[in-house]
Amino acid sequence: MAQFLSSVPELMDAGLRGSRLPRGRALALRLAAIVAFLVLWSLLSGAVVVLKLFNPIFLPGPWLVLGSVLDMAVRGPLWIHLAATLERVAMGFGAGAALGVALGLAAGHLTPVRNVVEPLVEVLRPIPPLALLPMFIVWVGIGEASKIGFITYATFFPIFLTTVTGVRQIDPLLVRAAQSLGARGVALFTRVILPAALPDILTGLRLGVALAFFVIVISEFIGAEHGLGYLINDGRNFFLVPQMLGAAVVLGLLGYAGNGLVRLLERRLTRWQHPA
Amino acid sequence: MMARGPKIQIQRVAKSFGAPGRAMPALEEIDLDVAEREFVCLLGPSGCGKSTLLNIVAGFLVPTTGTVLVDGRPVSGPAPERGVVFQEYALFPWLTVTGNVEFGPLLQSRPAADRRRTVDRYLDLVGLSAHADKFPVQLSGGMKQRVAIARALANNPAVILMDEPFGALDAQTREVLQDELSRIQRVEHKTILFVTHSIREAVYLADRVVVMTSVPGRIKQVFPIKLPEVRDRFAHEFTRYESDITRVLREEVAKVRA
Ligand SMILES: Nc1ncnc2c1ncn2[C@@H]1O[C@H](COP(=O)(O)OP(=O)(O)OP(=O)(O)O)[C@@H](O)[C@H]1O
Ligand SMILES: [Mg+2]
Repeated sequence: MAQFLSSVPELMDAGLRGSRLPRGRALALRLAAIVAFLVLWSLLSGAVVVLKLFNPIFLPGPWLVLGSVLDMAVRGPLWIHLAATLERVAMGFGAGAALGVALGLAAGHLTPVRNVVEPLVEVLRPIPPLALLPMFIVWVGIGEASKIGFITYATFFPIFLTTVTGVRQIDPLLVRAAQSLGARGVALFTRVILPAALPDILTGLRLGVALAFFVIVISEFIGAEHGLGYLINDGRNFFLVPQMLGAAVVLGLLGYAGNGLVRLLERRLTRWQHPA
Repeated sequence: MMARGPKIQIQRVAKSFGAPGRAMPALEEIDLDVAEREFVCLLGPSGCGKSTLLNIVAGFLVPTTGTVLVDGRPVSGPAPERGVVFQEYALFPWLTVTGNVEFGPLLQSRPAADRRRTVDRYLDLVGLSAHADKFPVQLSGGMKQRVAIARALANNPAVILMDEPFGALDAQTREVLQDELSRIQRVEHKTILFVTHSIREAVYLADRVVVMTSVPGRIKQVFPIKLPEVRDRFAHEFTRYESDITRVLREEVAKVRA
């Protein structure tokens, strides 16, 4: 069957995942790739030890990293850092998503709002968010507010933009059909524009989650006392490479879980695209 | 009793597209009355303004001059009294068949039991009761158009506007749907304005066939179809109408080519 890519999420999925493999084989391939990676890593770090290539402290084997994570988990500090990072991400991303979706819907639907908001977004968007992190610290300080606010700032853009796209690319025929069935104003918005834009909004949320984990680490490098980013920086100061890698792995798992959560939401909310 | 005028009155409607000064006329001086319960088909060369006229009656487009009255009141925008069926179906993909048909009744906040009855009735009328829970992506073109017709009917409009509703369907499905529409009309008695490219379809369905000129569209000739309600596509009278209309239409199509 010919495959038509008509929406941003479909494009993203096709780009990220290629065409679909049978479920079982795809899973086997994925697992095999991870196992191969771990084996290669083990071999490399083993070779460093055996051949005395360089100080093995620079490349601890996966078992050492796992050991460090388990150690932190059992002793307790892992949970404190994890909770700190998660809380910041949840609050920052939550605010960014609320702001991005609300403003995106308004800007997509109402031309005057679009004419005010879009130029501002176009000016700020090309600046990599991280370039503004020092400014955030100067303005808001190094406390929680600046970390959360920074995530909000960074995640706002993709969510806003995909939401505007979602609203603007609605098939005008659907709007006409709804209008001639009696939909106007709020009803038109909630019953047609919102559901039509939903797939793109969800794509924006997925991009936002990834970005949230990306920027939190760096803002936790600077003046934090808790958080997985702090753990990494702390590991660097005291040469605890397993702790650095361990925190990175935990961050990876968190990002993966966050992405999975949005995907689950996507599957539930857009079941009509691929009904059973 | 109130004196009944025509259901739809199209009065000196003209439409041009484009910037003032360089505007291209698409429709010129259309005058047409459609009686209550009448089925009128619009025929004409491609680009002569049939869709434009239908969109003006639907309230999607504003005429450059002239007015459209429905029940004596001027049309000022789309409204549920005028249902529309599009060639491209325009079903809401995130709603099931039931959800699509229920869309209008839900907006009118009709009680649930009442909505259920309406949905059941119209799905039954278009023969889709077995597919009530499917999503539009799971339906064939013919099924989608049946849903679109049921959706329009369930909203109980007095007028239904159809722009080449069967244009995207294969010849067999098309005839089946023509039969169904003819049967539905004998039950529902709507006032229907129907655009088509098929002379056969027009003669099969219409009480009157309006043939338009090439762009800018005007009314060239009106053919009242005096055939029984249930029509036979092979009857001698039927084919006579077909050839009469073909002759008139051919002159206009030739002008487009010239
Ligand atoms: N939005 C528009 N802007 C500019 N010109 C338009 C627009 N819509 C239609 N036209 C022009 O108006 C004329 C009539 O178009 P219309 O779509 O009504 O024709 P039609 O009779 O429905 O054609 P077809 O049978 O091919 O569907 C055409 O010449 C077309 O180019
Ligand atoms: Mg047309």
